[in-house]
Amino acid sequence: MNLKRMFSAAAIAVSLVASATSARAEALDDIMKAGVIKIAVPQDFPPFGSVGPDMSLKGYDIDTAALIAAKLGVKLELVPVTSANRVPYLQTKKADLVISSLGKNPDREKVIDFSVAYAPFFNGVFGPKDLPVAKADDLAGKIVGVTRGAIEDLKLSEIAPATATIKRYEDNNGTITAFLSGQVQLVATGNVVAAAILERNPPKRPEIKFLIANSPCYIGLNKGEPKLLEKINAIITAAKKDGALDAVATKWLGDKIPTDL
Amino acid sequence: MNYVFDFGSLGAYLPVLLNGVLVTVQLTVIGALFGVGLGVACAWARAEGPMWVRPIVSAYVELIRNTPFLVQLFFIFFGLPSADVRIGEMEGAALAMVINLGAYSCEIIRAGIQATQKGQREAGASLGMSPFQVFRYVVLLPALQKIWPALSSQIVIVMLGSSAVSQIAAEDLTFAANFIQSRNFRAFESYFAATAIYLALAVALRFALRGVGRGLFPRRSAMR
Repeated sequence: MNLKRMFSAAAIAVSLVASATSARAEALDDIMKAGVIKIAVPQDFPPFGSVGPDMSLKGYDIDTAALIAAKLGVKLELVPVTSANRVPYLQTKKADLVISSLGKNPDREKVIDFSVAYAPFFNGVFGPKDLPVAKADDLAGKIVGVTRGAIEDLKLSEIAPATATIKRYEDNNGTITAFLSGQVQLVATGNVVAAAILERNPPKRPEIKFLIANSPCYIGLNKGEPKLLEKINAIITAAKKDGALDAVATKWLGDKIPTDL
Repeated sequence: MNYVFDFGSLGAYLPVLLNGVLVTVQLTVIGALFGVGLGVACAWARAEGPMWVRPIVSAYVELIRNTPFLVQLFFIFFGLPSADVRIGEMEGAALAMVINLGAYSCEIIRAGIQATQKGQREAGASLGMSPFQVFRYVVLLPALQKIWPALSSQIVIVMLGSSAVSQIAAEDLTFAANFIQSRNFRAFESYFAATAIYLALAVALRFALRGVGRGLFPRRSAMR
């Protein structure tokens, strides 16, 4: 009797602990049960997320969110955020995931978890296909346009050989126009800006020559959600393999995702 | 206000600043010489030139005087390459300044020419001067003398307006200030230095133009 009581007490304790764990850790189960996933997306950062003419959200991050909701088989609820409040929205459970062109850094890693990378985000030197440039030294004797004061300006000024001419323009539009009008042979800029050039379907298509800085985007989720993290990683990895993410990247960034992403 | 001024932070960028001054001075000298030359030619064409040239010159003057300098600059640098005319940023900047000053100085000089009475020209002709000599000695020189202060001001305006050429990556004084500011984030010091240098350049330019005026019109001491 005594023994029986002890057993049942232990059983209750174990089940309590188990249920407590499941209530805390299984955000995935909560999402599946509710049939809806709340995903924080940008609304002011094209091409990752912006508001279309019909007031609906569109962009790379929105398409990725839709992809994940579809693979989970749940309804998608988009939560528009800014870059300043995207992590607090996640921490206060107003969103289950943050897909908001989020870069990984040690400070952020202390407070949230990151999935595998889902979008390329890098600075590099771009130029037309027929111009052979593979590294910084190849810029010797070439004219490169860059937006003054941007991170790629500072880096390029360090790594470019002395015989390279760097033309510094006031803003991205100046840099883009200088490239398109042939005033510079190459541009150092971000892949997002290069995508904006590609969108205009120019006669000269800027292709990536080499990387200056690489900071891909990751999906952010709360710490201590191993099942959700595993599931999201599986979905993204599969989407990279079957071309679903390539389609999103081609639509919004004008190019497939890099193979090393 | 708890901003700590640090003009020493400009020290490392002194060569950039000096190069900027040099470029601004170069552009101003080229722009002023060729611009005023173009202005004189246009003023002559409008006053004495063949009939068919006059509407063309008028169109040029009105086109330039009624559009912003920055747009003219962008048109030359970013627009013309579409027509396979590709010029570098220094040449483009100088060209834009010449074209701009040409139009304004044409109007200014024309005002001076119109102030010359018909009787004076006829007096010149009756002395046996050729039409060119009449234009040069009887019309143009007194006209230039009358409008010299206004023309000097316009040249100074063009010099200050040359700050726009930093937008096409010409490395003038404004470009230098922008560049330094984007590297050391010392906006106040960078732009203060640029402001002071522009002021000094403008004062020096006015002084120089007054000297040029004295040289051009030696016997007309009424020049201020």
